[in-house]
Amino acid sequence: MNPAAFYPTSTDVLRFLPELILTIGGVVLLVLEALTGDHKDKSSLGYVSIGVVLAAMFAVPVALANPGVSFNGMIISDGFAAFFRMVTLLVGLFTLLCSTSYLSREKSNSGEFYLLVLFSLAGQGIMASSNELIMVFLGLEIASISSYVLAGFLREDKRGTEAALKYFLLGSFATAFFLYGISWIYGVTGATNLSAIRDALAKGTEAPSMVVAAAALMLVGLAFKVSAAPFQVWAPDVYQGAPAPISGFLSAGPKAAAFAIFIRIFQTSFDSLSSRYEPILWVLALATMFVGNFSALWQSNVKRMLGYSSIAHAGYVLVAVTTHSNVGTAGAMFYLASYALMNYGAFAAITHIAGRGEKHVSIDDLKGLASKQPVLAALLTVCLLSLTGVPLTVGFFGKFYIFKAAIDHHLYWLSALGLLNSAVAAYYYLRVISAMYMYEPKTTEHPEPVPAGIQLTMWCSAAGILTLGVFPGLVLDYANRFATFVK
Amino acid sequence: MDVLLFTFFALVAIVGAVSLVVQKHPISSALSLVSVMVALSVLFLLLGAEFIAAAQLVVYSGAIMVLFVFVIMLLNAGAERESRKAGLAQFLGLPLTAALLVFASYVITQSMSNAKAVKFGAFTGGGPREVGWTLFTQYLLPFEVTSILILVAIAGAVVLARKEID
Repeated sequence: MNPAAFYPTSTDVLRFLPELILTIGGVVLLVLEALTGDHKDKSSLGYVSIGVVLAAMFAVPVALANPGVSFNGMIISDGFAAFFRMVTLLVGLFTLLCSTSYLSREKSNSGEFYLLVLFSLAGQGIMASSNELIMVFLGLEIASISSYVLAGFLREDKRGTEAALKYFLLGSFATAFFLYGISWIYGVTGATNLSAIRDALAKGTEAPSMVVAAAALMLVGLAFKVSAAPFQVWAPDVYQGAPAPISGFLSAGPKAAAFAIFIRIFQTSFDSLSSRYEPILWVLALATMFVGNFSALWQSNVKRMLGYSSIAHAGYVLVAVTTHSNVGTAGAMFYLASYALMNYGAFAAITHIAGRGEKHVSIDDLKGLASKQPVLAALLTVCLLSLTGVPLTVGFFGKFYIFKAAIDHHLYWLSALGLLNSAVAAYYYLRVISAMYMYEPKTTEHPEPVPAGIQLTMWCSAAGILTLGVFPGLVLDYANRFATFVK
Repeated sequence: MDVLLFTFFALVAIVGAVSLVVQKHPISSALSLVSVMVALSVLFLLLGAEFIAAAQLVVYSGAIMVLFVFVIMLLNAGAERESRKAGLAQFLGLPLTAALLVFASYVITQSMSNAKAVKFGAFTGGGPREVGWTLFTQYLLPFEVTSILILVAIAGAVVLARKEID
């Protein structure tokens, strides 16, 4: 065959444009970092990286306007991919906005930070749009390796280093499971392309036990990445130890990308196995919600509490995945987008309140925040109310659509226990709000002004939470339209 | 002959892998890993994957293991001390590993009961020409994306190993 048949065309490039912009931007940043010298202020590099992410966001509709597979079936540009590209880029944008002032405060402003965020976003974009297990693996590893380093970016911080090491060791172990699953599925079907695997399995000639074992191995790897119980032990330690903007990044961005690939693999390749893995996902979803919510009740550290809450929210999304339906997929997409908004808003506030060296991260430190910094406290309250799932916030509609999908698919027990869980969750979110509003401030010292980047992030997330809380259709219609995969 | 070769090198690989875990001294573990890698490369050769066999030998047994041994010697790592903190894992680890292995081999033997024995020279298509052709046509994008992965790893290593910013 003529090798010219494999040359990438311009359409191929357009379908891959967001990731291309991110990687080129990352390499440019690497050169700029070397050119700016050692003792200059590096926050200008932060602004460059924000520009790169914005450019990538504009490239997402361009990729969506050219739907289809590219690079010989490696990448697929569809609405589902565009949705998750947008969510991860939004989380990345928030992270960069909050990081410039944070890094200056911690005296660790350097170009590598922004570089790693950009590459991690590129990896997440590849995950969201890959149509091939090899690409999934590469995207997963690019996103993960950047995350490991970002978690331990502040090297003088012992907890950060511990978090990075723990994340690295357990993450590599989980990736090994995923990779072993890929090798099994290749052994059975002779294919790594997601649609080719589905076609091979649809014929039904392959040994079912081996296919199920392969799916189970891949499930373990992916469940780790989305921090589903019982593979969640790393999450609280990592979210507590990592720098606050990165904790927000890790709990929203890579997790959304991991869910994207989770849903894509199990609804295209393993579509024919859905009745077999449904009970497993059922147990996984329930365990994740219970472990997350009930452990969060006892936390006094806000970052750790949000870490457990992020596990619980992964449980809600797993409820939607369990339904194995288009409505469930749309619910999961909507929930992940809304979770990105409300969770990052909360972490942005913590980034500022924590202060230098992140010393003030306990609930006691939030006491009396409302009288000292009323605007910050109000915006944080909006995020926490949305995480609780109060009506008029996006968190309410997110949970509503997930449990509606679950009830439509006769998962009554799972819905009932899930709703019970979200009632329990109200306790630990409201505890933070009551600390802010019901107590006198501990100290009388004048609070530091909130940096512009953090303010912008919080206003954006609060505006998004309230707008989508009143008009959920803005995002939900899109999610409903693109929740179907090419069958 | 082929079956003999396969059995011998498969046994070498398994014994080496077990020894890698059991050995107390890092150098002994590293050398056990070398034997696993060499045995694996022979198994690849038996399957007709000449290129992967050579790459396995050069990259893993050669470059990576030399680096491992260098680092271990530079760090002057001594024999490991056992920690008694494992608790439940201490009792569950071995039985669960055994259960996983038994399950995996059961599934494979059940589903591939009509598989034929390895025969040297029966398989072709694993030469450098074929691998190169596939790598630069069908799998061009993964090949390029791997370079990003390597760049990220290098940048990460630089970040974790640099001097403190003051």
